[in-house]
Amino acid sequence: MIPLPVVKKASERDFRLPENPPTEDYHEALDELEKDGEIIVQRVPEPYIEVKTKYGRTKKIPIGKTWHHKSCGQCGHIPGYSTSIFWLNRQLGLDYIDPKDQTSCTAWNYYASATSNSAAQAAVAIRNFAAAYETGYYPLIHCGTSFGHYKEVRQALIHYPELRAQVRKILEKLGKPLVIPEEIVHYSEWVYAMRDRIAERQVIDMSHITATVHPACHYHKLIEEDAIYTPEIYGAQRTAIITGVLQELGVNVADYSTWFDCCGFGFRHILVSRDFSRSFAVQRKIEVMKEEANPDIVVTHDTGCVTTLDQSQFAAKAHGKKVGIPVLSDSQMAALAMGAHPYLVLQMHWHNTDNRPFLEKLGIDPDEKWREFEAAVERLKSGEQLYLTWDDVEAPVAAK
Amino acid sequence: MALDLRQNKYADVPWEEKERLFEEVKSDMRFHHALYGCYECGVCVAACPSARFYDFSPRVIAQAVAREDVDLVYTLMNDSIWDCSQCFSCDRCPRHNSPGMLITIMREVAVRNGLETAREALEGYGRIIYKIMSTGTQVSPDMLQPNAFPDWGPHVHHISENLEVWRRALPPETLHTTETGWAVSDKTIIELYLIWHMTGVMDMIEEVDEGLHMILVDVMEERLEEEGYDVSF
Ligand code: SF4
Ligand code: SF4
Repeated sequence: MIPLPVVKKASERDFRLPENPPTEDYHEALDELEKDGEIIVQRVPEPYIEVKTKYGRTKKIPIGKTWHHKSCGQCGHIPGYSTSIFWLNRQLGLDYIDPKDQTSCTAWNYYASATSNSAAQAAVAIRNFAAAYETGYYPLIHCGTSFGHYKEVRQALIHYPELRAQVRKILEKLGKPLVIPEEIVHYSEWVYAMRDRIAERQVIDMSHITATVHPACHYHKLIEEDAIYTPEIYGAQRTAIITGVLQELGVNVADYSTWFDCCGFGFRHILVSRDFSRSFAVQRKIEVMKEEANPDIVVTHDTGCVTTLDQSQFAAKAHGKKVGIPVLSDSQMAALAMGAHPYLVLQMHWHNTDNRPFLEKLGIDPDEKWREFEAAVERLKSGEQLYLTWDDVEAPVAAK
Repeated sequence: MALDLRQNKYADVPWEEKERLFEEVKSDMRFHHALYGCYECGVCVAACPSARFYDFSPRVIAQAVAREDVDLVYTLMNDSIWDCSQCFSCDRCPRHNSPGMLITIMREVAVRNGLETAREALEGYGRIIYKIMSTGTQVSPDMLQPNAFPDWGPHVHHISENLEVWRRALPPETLHTTETGWAVSDKTIIELYLIWHMTGVMDMIEEVDEGLHMILVDVMEERLEEEGYDVSF
């Protein structure tokens, strides 16, 4: 065999930052445009945490004063996802806004059907950014696709003066400024930046848990520049998101060979051509994870990925496939570690794959927790209470 | 379905028409950032989820466009682009191409010109377009109906049965909705309708679904009129 000393395992490779980052620095481009009076740049409020991105540049992650740009799929179909993000903010005593003056980024529809155009997509993005700016709070983007798409929009607005002119005219009609945030920040970057504070408050031991991670394509592939990387995690060859949080919580993160693969969501496919999404999610992700790592849980950080990886397992099970791994977001895992209620906060009953064995392995009795949820639902049904409120779920379960 | 690249399936479509559509693709301001030439290395294909399950290749798309093969581009614009997952895994192209972005542009041209294959690709998708354009959120809790997601099993049935009370059992007060992902304020919706109006998006919808276009226009015009806007789509 010919020795190939240059070929090393990813974990053995040295971390070298490129001397000249191959991508432009959007910070400089935004500053230029602001100096020319073309745009307003909303600055990340202090205090913030600095992290490194793919090519060694610095990105600021706000701690508090965040304006939560919600996700259609999370809020609509997996609402414990966003609830957990808010719960974490509340537990950490941070000020935030959950706005009604927010629309979807509409990018799911755009990538599914193309029934839109660059001007409309950019105007929707900037309308939302302007709505955040008006409140003085900083946008924190819940959805991986919104995050990726907004980076595309930012790039287009930087490079195409004709698009800027068009969007400015539209925004003027709405009485809003053309404002672009200094950083486009995904919530999972916030969870990552807050991981030590989350771990300080951990009440559920996770050291006997094995997890596999699925990173969202629209987080680290679509405009690759401003995703978080660190030499400590996979030698900065893969994004540090999710993995960094799980390691901080003591979880054993297991590797598998199709880590870089998409989940199979497909935008239009998950809605009208689901045979593709199911096949891909099961054959390229779940079965490979099961075979190579046999994890207790799959952890990801995007709407579409949670949906596809979780929901696709039902039909696959009927076909005798090697499936049966529950799927959670990093925000749900972090909240669970801090003692959040699995049904009142994580809302795990909206997920499909059986997650009871996972809860049991954590020492949480799913039957008892479900009875508590049902008791709360009874209060709503009887009219004793109209809605559950934060007061009903605020205290960590372990502290009760 | 196998993609037949040997026969010119669309031989009866005038070359001038195919060229017109190709020129429309090339005139998109993003085009030159999506294609810098192609090595034919196949890196994009290796990364592509759709290439694993369909007769589909981002390399073929990049090559056809780079070579300005008008006939082939037209065939791909009809029979290939809707297989793409729009994941942008192909953005790792060593030439810094984005076949995914080329496909986004080609899809937009296909929709804007009302190609029959675009209409077919979007069959059954109209209710989603209606939801996002009229409410500002794309996926609503009430879409979780067993007949819409039979392959997701009985849990969809449980959710739909308990939907109203389970939504009230969510602590964030924006999430008590069933018809929208979250509560969107009236003013916000009006601003969204004005964006649709000012960007010509409704004309694209009309090209692929006249019925949907009619319903959407009715809803939007009425709402805008109530708010004092004299706008017609
Ligand atoms: S588009 Fe890029 S990755 Fe794909 S074959 Fe061409 S050069 Fe290679
Ligand atoms: S964007 Fe489309 S062409 Fe590119 S990798 Fe994804 S599925 Fe393949």
